[in-house]
Amino acid sequence: MKILIKNGRTVDPKNNLDGKYDILIKDGRIEEIAEEIKIPGLTTDSSIEIINAGGRIITPGLIDMHTHLREPGYEEKETIKTGCEAAAAGGFAAVTAMPNSNPVADNPAVVEHLKLKSTRSAVKVYSVGSITKKSEGKTLAEIGTLAKAGVKALSDDGQPVMNSEIMRRAMEYARAFDLPILSHCEDLNLSGDGVMGEGYYSTLFGLTPIPKASEEVMVARDIILAEMTRIHLHICHMSTEGSLSLVRDARKRGVNVTCEVTPHHLILTDKAVKDYNTDTKVNPPLRSKKDVEALKQALSEGEIDAVATDHAPHTYEDKLGEYDQAAFGISGLETAVSLIYENFIKTGLIGWNELVKLMYVNPARILRLEVEGLKAGSCADITVFNPNNSWTVEKEKLKSKGKNTPFAGFELSGKNEITIVEGKIVYDDRGGKDEILY
Amino acid sequence: MTLTKKDFLVLYDTDAEEIEEILNTARAMKDILTRSVKKVPTLRGKTVINLFYEPSTRTKFSFNLAAKRLSADVMSISKSTSSITKGESLLDTAKTMEVMGSDVVVVRHSSPGAAKFLAENISAAVLNAGDGAHSHPTQALLDMYTIREKLGRLAGLKVLIVGDIAHSRVARSNIWGLKKMGAEVSVVGPLTLIPTEIEKMGVKVYSNLDKALEGADVVNILRIQMERQESGLFPSIREYRELYGMNKERLKKAGKDLLVMHPGPMNRGIEIESSVADSSQSVITEQVKNGVAIRMALLYLLAGREIKNEDID
Repeated sequence: MKILIKNGRTVDPKNNLDGKYDILIKDGRIEEIAEEIKIPGLTTDSSIEIINAGGRIITPGLIDMHTHLREPGYEEKETIKTGCEAAAAGGFAAVTAMPNSNPVADNPAVVEHLKLKSTRSAVKVYSVGSITKKSEGKTLAEIGTLAKAGVKALSDDGQPVMNSEIMRRAMEYARAFDLPILSHCEDLNLSGDGVMGEGYYSTLFGLTPIPKASEEVMVARDIILAEMTRIHLHICHMSTEGSLSLVRDARKRGVNVTCEVTPHHLILTDKAVKDYNTDTKVNPPLRSKKDVEALKQALSEGEIDAVATDHAPHTYEDKLGEYDQAAFGISGLETAVSLIYENFIKTGLIGWNELVKLMYVNPARILRLEVEGLKAGSCADITVFNPNNSWTVEKEKLKSKGKNTPFAGFELSGKNEITIVEGKIVYDDRGGKDEILY
Repeated sequence: MTLTKKDFLVLYDTDAEEIEEILNTARAMKDILTRSVKKVPTLRGKTVINLFYEPSTRTKFSFNLAAKRLSADVMSISKSTSSITKGESLLDTAKTMEVMGSDVVVVRHSSPGAAKFLAENISAAVLNAGDGAHSHPTQALLDMYTIREKLGRLAGLKVLIVGDIAHSRVARSNIWGLKKMGAEVSVVGPLTLIPTEIEKMGVKVYSNLDKALEGADVVNILRIQMERQESGLFPSIREYRELYGMNKERLKKAGKDLLVMHPGPMNRGIEIESSVADSSQSVITEQVKNGVAIRMALLYLLAGREIKNEDID
């Protein structure tokens, strides 16, 4: 089976492509990319599926570098299957599963389980191993064994390593395996029982605040430790202006530090917590307008390495009821690309080249993935985005089990149309089909 | 005149005219309370449910009494003696109350926004009796009523709130209400107990009680909770008393026109000395009395919307 994508605008900064190119896919690989591919007898050849991508943007299959698939252990929130379907619908050809499942991915068995199950899922799944056993922050996980099992990074996401000595040793030890540390920077003492960002709105709403310092103190600590241990430190879901400035200064000194930001921290402020909508409850919390503006500017100036979803699906019940008792997290896979398009590309803050860097090139570089982008001979992972397909975010239409999106009701003007993984169409929304196929 | 919204949750979105109406209605209610027969048939056949997720003596008692004075059927449910301890959700408990035919649900809950959540999910009128550190509108209204009764006005008065502002729904509600009625509000307390950017609510912030008391017409002293000291927000009760306790000397220095208030329950000898609490300048017991009138007014305005005014006159 062959697929020919015609007439689209192909954008791939990895291969310096930006223009009208046709792409021919055969046996899971890209056979040819050219300005025009002519195949004799094409219209009658039933072995070739033609995708007419006029007006569409074709990019390498996007990679989400921060995803919670919840399996094993929390299958009521999400499974590898449903999470990957959500990813496919959102335009991702690959996701990166964080280790905070139950059991935690602190051993090769959990990693193997994920690998095995993901062979039957819609998109590719990269795994992240934990830094410490059970992510308890007490003793090191078997990092060498995890590396051998194929994890792409290490993280105690959600349960930050509070003991600086343990973090130092983890970094030192991990360097031998060339694994980046994806750090969820949060001082749990400073966060306390907090449920929203500290500021005027937390005061107004009477909700227990989480100060910015809770993130910034740990960003500073981890930068200092990374500088000392010469490891690659990646700051997860950075949310404050102060963290940004710490990263900026560290880079000037030559520290190997990268950072990601989520769509929600780029678009929503703490004001969105108004009316106690539990879908706005997330960790790190939504921050002040000043922080959001600083992150937006940094993104448009190329200072942010990656946009990641921090897809954190929860059940209806997890989010039902009192704000301070609801679970933290936002289901993000199916809105991320459309939101970045709406708020950054359409408004002229960034171009498609930058989006592909943020959601493909840099995540692949940070995770040391062997991907080649759109070129002859490479694995055919492709995203086709339709910038002229307006839609309204509706919870019930999400493929994810987690309907917890604060963007419900948002009207967005562009949408992922086709996701191709290894030469197979896994998601098809042509004509509004909204179908998962695999 | 009735209230325009289904529920009564927060003074933040109540305008001055509505506050005025409630205070005026409360005056009529207070008259009832001074009669020998302290009961009117106004809310006969109406059902009021008191849903209390937090321990409360005076507020619960006050709402109970208010409903009874108006002849409503009233039921009280407390956390410790109900299905709530079996893990029944707020929503399910409320739905149960609803199908049993309640007209007003009075709710006290430790989570900010809980009353609003309830209001969005049931058709009965919800009256907020305190949601976490967010809002406690009936307390602020009874405080305003008491001030107006004693000093004749609210506009232009200088009101000082003392203590744990960060965790206080009483402070927030008083700020919203008093500002709307034209009073000037200041807060004072250990800086660890002053919430971020509270200045944006239009209040002055002090850390020194003696300075803050200068020129004040009213001082409203909040209860200090012992657990705040345990969680490191201030060093000791002894130091708190010394720096922020209202004592004889401070009262004397402030002058005999200063009105002293406390929402209760008091820690006598800590945030307020007994000699101050029991002084002629203290209106603390008056506050409690006015609380019943305010709650009667609100129950009437919420549950008695279709009932004509003359019934209470």
